[in-house]
Amino acid sequence: MTATVMGYEEALRSFDPVLGLEVHVELSTRSKMFCGCSTAFGAPPNTQTCPVCLGLPGAMPVVNRTAVESAMRIGLALGCSIADWCRFARKNYFYPDMPKNFQTSQYDEPIAFDGFLDVDVDGEPFRVEIERAHMEEDTGKSLHVGGSTGRIHGASHSLLDYNRSGVPLIEIVTKPITGTGARAPEVARAYVEALRDLLRALDVSDVRMEQGSLRCDVNVSLRTDPTQPLGTRTETKNVNSFRSVERSVRYEITRQAALLSEGTAITQETRHWHEDTGTTSPGRSKETAEDYRYFPEPDLVPIAPSREWVEQLRATLPEPPAERRRRLREEWGYSELEMRDVVSSGALDLIEQTVAAGCAPQPARKWWVGELARRANESGTELDALAITPAQVAEVQQLVEAGTVNDKLARQVIEGVLAGEGSPAEVVEGRGLAVVSDDGALGAAVDKAIAANPDVAEKIRGGKVQAAGALIGAVMKEMRGQADAGRVRELILEKLG
Amino acid sequence: MSELLHRTAAELAAGIAAGEHSSEEVTRAHLDRIEAVDEVVHAFLHVDGERALEAARAVDAKVAAGEPVGPLAGVPLGLKDVLTMRGAPTTCGSRMLRDWHPPYDATVTRRLLEAGLVVLGKTNMDEFAMGSSTENSAYGPTRNPWDTSRIPGGSGGGSAAALAAFEAPLTIGTDTGGSIRQPAAVTGTVGVKPTYGGTSRYGLVALASSLDQPGPCARTVLDAALLHQVIAGHDPLDSTSIDAPVPDVVTAARSGDVAGMRIGVVRELGGEGYAPGVEQRFTEAVELLSGLGAEVVEVSCPSFDAALGAYYLIMPSEASSNLARFDAMRFGLRVGDDGTRSAEEVMNLTREAGFGAEVKRRIIIGTYALSSGYYDAYYGSAQKVRTLIKRDFDAAFERCDVLVSPTTPSTPWPLGERVDDPLAMYKADLCTLPSNLAGNAAASFPAGLAPEDGLPVGVQVMAPPMADDRLYRVGAALERALTEQWGGPLLNRIPQLQEVSA
Repeated sequence: MTATVMGYEEALRSFDPVLGLEVHVELSTRSKMFCGCSTAFGAPPNTQTCPVCLGLPGAMPVVNRTAVESAMRIGLALGCSIADWCRFARKNYFYPDMPKNFQTSQYDEPIAFDGFLDVDVDGEPFRVEIERAHMEEDTGKSLHVGGSTGRIHGASHSLLDYNRSGVPLIEIVTKPITGTGARAPEVARAYVEALRDLLRALDVSDVRMEQGSLRCDVNVSLRTDPTQPLGTRTETKNVNSFRSVERSVRYEITRQAALLSEGTAITQETRHWHEDTGTTSPGRSKETAEDYRYFPEPDLVPIAPSREWVEQLRATLPEPPAERRRRLREEWGYSELEMRDVVSSGALDLIEQTVAAGCAPQPARKWWVGELARRANESGTELDALAITPAQVAEVQQLVEAGTVNDKLARQVIEGVLAGEGSPAEVVEGRGLAVVSDDGALGAAVDKAIAANPDVAEKIRGGKVQAAGALIGAVMKEMRGQADAGRVRELILEKLG
Repeated sequence: MSELLHRTAAELAAGIAAGEHSSEEVTRAHLDRIEAVDEVVHAFLHVDGERALEAARAVDAKVAAGEPVGPLAGVPLGLKDVLTMRGAPTTCGSRMLRDWHPPYDATVTRRLLEAGLVVLGKTNMDEFAMGSSTENSAYGPTRNPWDTSRIPGGSGGGSAAALAAFEAPLTIGTDTGGSIRQPAAVTGTVGVKPTYGGTSRYGLVALASSLDQPGPCARTVLDAALLHQVIAGHDPLDSTSIDAPVPDVVTAARSGDVAGMRIGVVRELGGEGYAPGVEQRFTEAVELLSGLGAEVVEVSCPSFDAALGAYYLIMPSEASSNLARFDAMRFGLRVGDDGTRSAEEVMNLTREAGFGAEVKRRIIIGTYALSSGYYDAYYGSAQKVRTLIKRDFDAAFERCDVLVSPTTPSTPWPLGERVDDPLAMYKADLCTLPSNLAGNAAASFPAGLAPEDGLPVGVQVMAPPMADDRLYRVGAALERALTEQWGGPLLNRIPQLQEVSA
């Protein structure tokens, strides 16, 4: 079943898109939202559970203070107001992976509300307004077995893992995002990326979309022009990569535009995103959606953060990522393009630490975005997971600047450090990589090269200094690369001058 | 019948500590009594004699070794089957949990065990604590030892009947709308609902989280106070538990001095619909307190008239959510899982088969009251009434130290009489509900027997939040004066139960 779609440019000529993004962030607290169980990812199924997160009769929740603080810090970083008084509510619906058959969540009293996030869309600033950030608990995980789709429909049975049940989540909801025009897909992506950077800077979540610690629901509606009221929206669930966020918005715009153009109304519904085809398909219809029968959670007491507490947390906020990037770019003298590469390769923090360890900004960038990014890419790891510290990278650069190693040898030093052979100095020592600048040894090699290449020597004597390159090459070969090329050149010119 | 059975818990504990009798002897006497009469009374759903005797011997060993033991160590006790305890089933009187063995102890259970109390077993109750007669138990009703053709009250009929039948000197109850106090009233025993947050709810299978409260049940005021002291106090596992010192209930129970106390009689809790014998004994009790130097005034709490309506919206609303977890997925009954049915179908079949009629009625009412479009009119309005009731209490407690009323409008009625009339059943809780809605402390004490039928009548005392000690002060005064009048404890007049020879 493939829906008819309209060309993107054509769709944008007839319609004005409006977005709404709901992002779920799994907090990286050590314990769950309402009990002491571990939140570590990847443990064997049902090994991180207790009466509370299994919803056993009689068990009661206790709020995780660190999770509340994370929620407040996120709210403050998004410029939100923090509620003087707020409560949890119960969201009632039946589903096997939800042990109590209600989710303890915030409903009409979120801990943080009315904020914004400024994002950068291809160099242009765009402000996304935030409706609210609220706390809730995650559900368990269902694994549907025996069907072809992995969905419950057609499965022969299901397996339930409650390790994730009760892991703290923060849901961040935007206000309707209007005024994007044709840039809607890019704005959506830029927002989620900016939010990821912010959450990473706050150190409140792993923010790994592939592990589900950052999950995104994308709402899209169209209207004929910005003066019209908002159109009927669809909600595409679990769009779990930045690229997919952008693609799903683009697809929904073209799909809805085709329907509206032929006079078909949009059904308010949730939709599934298909990574392989780049399309969405209908999920459950909101018209038959359940009534969640929200009411205040009677097992918990209200949260009333004092002004002092809020201000203490405000003082822990990191510099906003956009501001920090602007400041560092200026301090380091990078071009816009260079900075974008640095950010997208995840090297910003590493370069900052390398510079702090005494390295100049340009060589620091060169190592991290060049040689080290290449090696991380080869081994399929993140840059910050490489077995080399920013201080060691600074040390490598120092060795280069002191003439102890040349550029080529420096790469071998890095290889040694990554292989666990010790510090850069130890690798130089251990592998015998230091360049030779001892005139005795170099002189002998130069003499040998002159003797072996009399014609070249003759040209140099005749004034063709640029021919020295051939002799330098021969000397370097003799010295197996461990020679200071500048000193070799000086010696050749001395001897033939 | 062993004479040990008629001793108070305080006397038994003192005797055990002094080596006059062992906890094992005391425990065995009660197990024998259960064996002899519980086939008729049916106060217990589960008895584990071996475990009880082992716990008793452990206390005896401590006493023999000269180790210090707590004030109730070695005293046997019945635990309402709505509180979890490892090593025993917790059924809540429901088919849904017939074979559920909880993997953890309720905080109340843990405190009892740590204090050396000997748990005889789990007591019968209306299913999930929904009822006022214990007839809603899936395992058959409990009978009132005063007249075994009558109800013992509910939901904690088992805990109250066990006391009146001398099967246990102490029991634990839970009170959501009167489930400790109304059974106490109709069995001639003492039952206390502590201030909401005074005792931990962790491990109490919730009926209505904002109303439920575990409390002590006993035959004397001092025994109830000693038990209260053991189970009360802050629990970090229950967020609604109050982090403050436990009121000194034991000293209050020993004192019983009411001279100068201001006692308010609640005008709205009496008159039409109240049995004459209930009103008579209540009036006499108030006169007695006045004679002991208390200052008696009449107070009006007009919002109490709306309490029943508000309660029957709030309680089912919370219950509908609390009982959603009984879905056959992780524990308890599972019906229809034959490999062809979906999880949803199994959930439906299990809930259909596992819940009784009253539970279903309340789940349906609660689901409806919380539904979109009805929430404001039902749940929302009920919460407003709740606020008004709190204000009435606040105003009354500005004038009075305690308030008093009959505990329940009637004496125990015949089994079966109200089974098909839920409204008549609900009215048994008229006087007790307001204190659950407001969260203050309240208790029922024996006031005598109604002249017309010779059956027990209770007087209810209500105190401000965290002033639970006042309940005991008034209770002790009544107990002392009335026992003198009666020439002995009221329960001395209970008819002999036919004992089955062991």
